[in-house]
Amino acid sequence: MINFSFDGKTYQAEKGDTLAAALLRNGIGLVGRSFKYHRPRGIMTAGVEEPNALVTIGDGGRTEPNTRATDVFVYEGLVAKSQNRWPNLSFDIGSVFGLAAPVLSAGFYYKTFFGSAKRWMIYEYFIRKAAGLGNAPTKTDPDHFSQRAAFCDVLVVGAGPAGLSAALEAAEAGKRAILVEQDNILCASLIRDGQDRDGAWVESTQARIRAAGGRILTRTTASGYWEHDLVTLTQRIAEPGQIPLHGVAQRLWHVRAGQVILATGSIERPMAFAHNDRPGVMLSQAVRTYVRRFGVVPGKRVVIATNNDDAYKTAYALKAAGAEVVAILDARPAPAGADSGLPVYNNAVPLSTNGARHCLKSVTARINGLTQSWNADLIAVSGGFTPVVHLHMQAGGTLDWNDAAQAFVPAASRQNVTTIGGAANPDPVFNVVPVSKPKKSFIDFQNDVTLSDVDLAWAEGYRSVEHLKRYTTLGMATDQGKLSNMAALGRLAEKQGVAIPEAGLTTFRPPYTPVTMGLLAGAGAKDAGAHVRRLALYDVHAAKNPIWQPLGYWFRPRAYPAGNETLAQAAMREAKAVRSNVGMTDVSTLAKFEVSGPDAAAFLEIICATTVGKLAVGRGRYTFMLREDGFVFDDGTVWRLDENRYLLTSSTGGADRMATHISYVRQYLCPHLRVSAVNVQEHYAGIAVAGPQAKAALAALIGEEPPRHMSTVPAMISGVPVIVLAASYSGERAFEIYVEASHAGPVWAACEAEVTKQGGALYGLEAMEFLRIEKGHLVVGGEVDGRMTPHDLALDKMLNKAGGYVGASGLSRPALSEAGRRQLVGLEAIEGNIPEGAMLITGEGASPQGHVSAAAFRILDGGSIALGQLTDGFARHGEELIATSPTRGQMARVRVVAPHFYDTAGERYRD
Amino acid sequence: MMQFTCPHCGPRDQAEFIYERTVDAVVSLDAAPEDAMKSLFTRNNPRGVDEEIWRHTYGCRAWMVIARNRVTNEISATRAVGPEALP
Repeated sequence: MINFSFDGKTYQAEKGDTLAAALLRNGIGLVGRSFKYHRPRGIMTAGVEEPNALVTIGDGGRTEPNTRATDVFVYEGLVAKSQNRWPNLSFDIGSVFGLAAPVLSAGFYYKTFFGSAKRWMIYEYFIRKAAGLGNAPTKTDPDHFSQRAAFCDVLVVGAGPAGLSAALEAAEAGKRAILVEQDNILCASLIRDGQDRDGAWVESTQARIRAAGGRILTRTTASGYWEHDLVTLTQRIAEPGQIPLHGVAQRLWHVRAGQVILATGSIERPMAFAHNDRPGVMLSQAVRTYVRRFGVVPGKRVVIATNNDDAYKTAYALKAAGAEVVAILDARPAPAGADSGLPVYNNAVPLSTNGARHCLKSVTARINGLTQSWNADLIAVSGGFTPVVHLHMQAGGTLDWNDAAQAFVPAASRQNVTTIGGAANPDPVFNVVPVSKPKKSFIDFQNDVTLSDVDLAWAEGYRSVEHLKRYTTLGMATDQGKLSNMAALGRLAEKQGVAIPEAGLTTFRPPYTPVTMGLLAGAGAKDAGAHVRRLALYDVHAAKNPIWQPLGYWFRPRAYPAGNETLAQAAMREAKAVRSNVGMTDVSTLAKFEVSGPDAAAFLEIICATTVGKLAVGRGRYTFMLREDGFVFDDGTVWRLDENRYLLTSSTGGADRMATHISYVRQYLCPHLRVSAVNVQEHYAGIAVAGPQAKAALAALIGEEPPRHMSTVPAMISGVPVIVLAASYSGERAFEIYVEASHAGPVWAACEAEVTKQGGALYGLEAMEFLRIEKGHLVVGGEVDGRMTPHDLALDKMLNKAGGYVGASGLSRPALSEAGRRQLVGLEAIEGNIPEGAMLITGEGASPQGHVSAAAFRILDGGSIALGQLTDGFARHGEELIATSPTRGQMARVRVVAPHFYDTAGERYRD
Repeated sequence: MMQFTCPHCGPRDQAEFIYERTVDAVVSLDAAPEDAMKSLFTRNNPRGVDEEIWRHTYGCRAWMVIARNRVTNEISATRAVGPEALP
């Protein structure tokens, strides 16, 4: 015996029980409350299509809400709770909604709350509490979810007799075969149908498949069929809420199959009659499954309602188990030739059920136009069979209408997939048109949709089945209409006066059954959601305990606080060190490309919008790049290291984009050029040394006269070869030292020793931002936001007049260089501090004419300054505006100035 | 997820590739402004086969042109591009 609990009470289950079987074994018929009307609901099926018996399984982080009691196997200690009820399952306050059912019809929310958004906000709070399923867990799932890729020649989905035979044939033909089954045993239908004498065949076939190299996965659902015969499998290694033996709870498989065989069988349909949602109404095959597979007889006095032969097997199974079959209501006019001794009625359809205390008490039927009732505690219903065509349809297949079976069956597919067994050949049935009260006749049990809701939608003009679905919510939620879609289609077709195939179908979308979020996240959960790119000098920085700044996938020191300094205090101290003495920082993340070959200069003049060819060896210059439409998308520097060898740098954030762009231009647009463009971003670590004392520090480091501004020399520091570039982002005399990343440690140490000796400081990204704003240097993603042309940024004088660069023809459109566009400006505060991101307006109520892209304070002199974009900004220097940020509740009065606040003559970075 | 046959690596998951653009959206370096704008903003959008430029970014990093039916995802041709593919 296995102990489990349901709503806090402990019960016993038999080995192999599903939770549904165990609940029935303990006489529990009432399992949940319905979504909208809080009607009492029981167990209707024995499979994944279960719409009613949804429970929350497990505790804490392992909690799994909305789990079908029919799709979880009981283990020792399983904890299950019913859902959508308060204060408890048998007395549920929310069931007053059931009394209000006539008002809560299709489109209720739309009609009631149309118009007033304020009222909706209030109602929504109560509706969300009242209508719903289980609650999502709030704690972290402690388990692991793994993902795995696999390849096979033949993937067989569904291990009934047809699937098992197909897998055997494939495996023994030498093909790599995978057989998947969502149940925990194979061929459960043979047990259900009393053919378990074939158990030996099932055993030996499994053994033969495995011996031939085939793989059999149970508790594994083929949940999605994607392009080019990729099928995703979701494998339960532990049951919901169970502590996994080896840590892994579930596994997601990506299987690329040469051929897919679907042996997915069919799902039995319910019938529409009044109060057909009561506990005690169960599908016929489900009843048979509980009797034969689990040894649980869900009723003592049973009525069977059917339109086909299959339900008679249920009658035999019940009789053999000692239950009394009081009536078989067969909708077909002629006798089916059943065993004598069964109370068969032809031309008979169920009308309604009666019940008390959440149990079924009696069934009323119409037989040849007359009404008759029976006392009964169970009605087994079979309204025909719906082939499981979900995967076939996800694969882009089409369907044929099988009139004898009143069902859609798989037809053509554009992928390599075939359907076999019951899913391709459903049993013939007799078409039954419901005659009962439509308001109480449910067709979608999970969403509380009745026949009358379909009628109402039709009356209100909803003609398309897709509209019907959205208006009534039919076919949504965890069961995705597995039981309801055909009934709704039948009703819609009847209203339209057309055959069902003409009424249309809704789209079949993955997943076939619900998938947990953990499974999809897999190992990407927790800290592994995005990869981390570490600086070569990461450990050196980490030892100084900086404030880190995420920058794309990188982390860079934002500031190195001393003692109790705040970020702002530390950054200002660091920036002052650069302005008055010397500072150093890690610039390794900058994009770097080594471009070499006889056509290197020609290639760079295609990538860059500035001239490059005239650059002398050992010299460098500022450059920028355009998109094909003429807008600036990155900037950097280009250096001629050798006759035919250049180094191109560009922004950190745009590095990957620039690498792709350079590769595209080289490989696709210019395959004829004799050039090599190599991404060396992580090959080199970079150290910037800046400040009035930078030149002295560098002279001491390299033992020779440092290069003049915008020049480059190869040098040695601590015996390590380096490239020294004299370039300034801060506005001070500055150098960038590039060294092979694996040798960066000693070079950094030497630089730090020298900077410390000079009385300087390390500085981080925040200080760098202060320095560059004051100097009016651009940031890609800030001032260069994808909407600015070279003209808007006052870079147009640097454009290569010969053209030929990417974006030249786009930029030639007149509107891109017109006056009056948004243009780069500087802003200085007259009153208040300028808020970052503020909009620029001329007065209260006026439309924004621009925005603040970066704000800071003058480093040595104090005072709030900013860079921004302003309509016709070049012509408005001296004008006063308001910079306001309503979201922060901050504003400042500002004056428009040139975007240079420091050393406007550019004397400080030259010797 | 589709499967492409990289001319250099063989069949690989689409996840290894990054889409660039269709061939008709290529702006050649000597394009007249009006042709450049046509390529950028008024591209074809055929219901059927189109030629697309993809890069095997998480593999060999090579570029290729893939003729793909946009309705059925059938791949009818793949050709390498770049200096090595020049005639």
